[in-house]
Amino acid sequence: MDINMTLIGQSIAMLVFVWFCMKFIWPPIMNAIEERQTEIANGLAAAERGQQSLDKAKAEAAEIVDDARKQATTILDQAHARANEIVADGKANGVKERERQIAAARSEVEQETNRAREELRGQVSAIAVASAEKILRREIDSKAHEDILSRLAAEL
Amino acid sequence: MATEGGHGAQTSGEYIAHHLQNLQVCRVDDAWAWNHCAGNPMAINVDSMFFSVLLGLLFVWIFRGAAKKASSDKPGKMQAFVEIVISFIDSSVKDTFHGKSRLIAPLALTIFVWVFLMNLMDLIPVDWLPMIGGLAGVPYLKVVPTTDVNITFGMSIAVFVLILFYTIKTKGIGGFIAELTLHPIAPPTKGAGLIAAPFIIAFNFILESVALLAKPLSLSLRLFGNMFAGELIFILIALLGVYQLPLHFGWAVFHILIVTLQAFIFMMLTVVYLTLASEEH
Repeated sequence: MDINMTLIGQSIAMLVFVWFCMKFIWPPIMNAIEERQTEIANGLAAAERGQQSLDKAKAEAAEIVDDARKQATTILDQAHARANEIVADGKANGVKERERQIAAARSEVEQETNRAREELRGQVSAIAVASAEKILRREIDSKAHEDILSRLAAEL
Repeated sequence: MATEGGHGAQTSGEYIAHHLQNLQVCRVDDAWAWNHCAGNPMAINVDSMFFSVLLGLLFVWIFRGAAKKASSDKPGKMQAFVEIVISFIDSSVKDTFHGKSRLIAPLALTIFVWVFLMNLMDLIPVDWLPMIGGLAGVPYLKVVPTTDVNITFGMSIAVFVLILFYTIKTKGIGGFIAELTLHPIAPPTKGAGLIAAPFIIAFNFILESVALLAKPLSLSLRLFGNMFAGELIFILIALLGVYQLPLHFGWAVFHILIVTLQAFIFMMLTVVYLTLASEEH
């Protein structure tokens, strides 16, 4: 319990240990801790950046897909329109063709009719002339009345 | 039981006194004298010094080993442990001390771990090491350095020196003297009160000196008192024969708290004193 030189010895020992700790123990360990702290902070920041670029890429991809979809829809619409147009064109052509054919048929029929009528007219006039000749052979010279007969035939 | 068994005639009083006796050495008549140094101010408590330096070296060895291999990317288990201790100390110091100092945090670390290790010697059963020492021819062996008032005083004196150093460093010698003399009562600087000024300064000086000296005194006596009382109770428990086992266990478990707490208090008060010393008013 007496106070003696141990006091001084312990003070010196303590100052030496504190000095050693300050010089050789504290700085390297503190450096390691702080270095790790920065590394962790950097790692987290990098992860954050990665996440952000991933989000950005995802957004871009979604945009591209969206564009493609829109384009596809446009193309589809255009195709539909074109098809409708073609069908409509076809219909119009068909109608025109039919009308043309009908008109042609009509004109042919008309021509036929006219021809048949001419023929008929000739035949009728011939028959008329023949019957008139038969009649007139008994009464008149056919040559003398030919102009009247032909005029008659023209009128028919 | 070394008490009743080994030493036969030893009484309880002798047993306790034996356990509280340091192994001392001093110069008497130009020769080294062992254990006849009572009252000799030049004596050295060999056991206290030996264990405190041994434990200091243990601290330095463990922490230096971790520091040498310290790496930021692959910390070993030892490094992780050392880092836990260091971050604990660092955050404790940073909570209190806001200035910039390369000394205070390592000082706190050294004090905490060293005092902790010295206190921890208390948990070794009180007879083991003295018995081994006795077999090796060492008559006295006090194992726990912090139960020696010289050791705790030595540490608090080192802290006291640092307190003075920091006070003078931040405030100058003039500031230090002013702190001792112009507080807590400001002496009058003009008029009739000037006559009273020397008395007020003397009063202040006495008051502040006591306050200043009380810091290392309370710091060391607190640690010494706690550890000495704890050690004494261990010794008393060891006198109980076979009943000591449960009691010893209970007291040891409780003592783990005291060991850590006292180391922490010593460290924290050191930091607080140095913070007060290096603060500008």
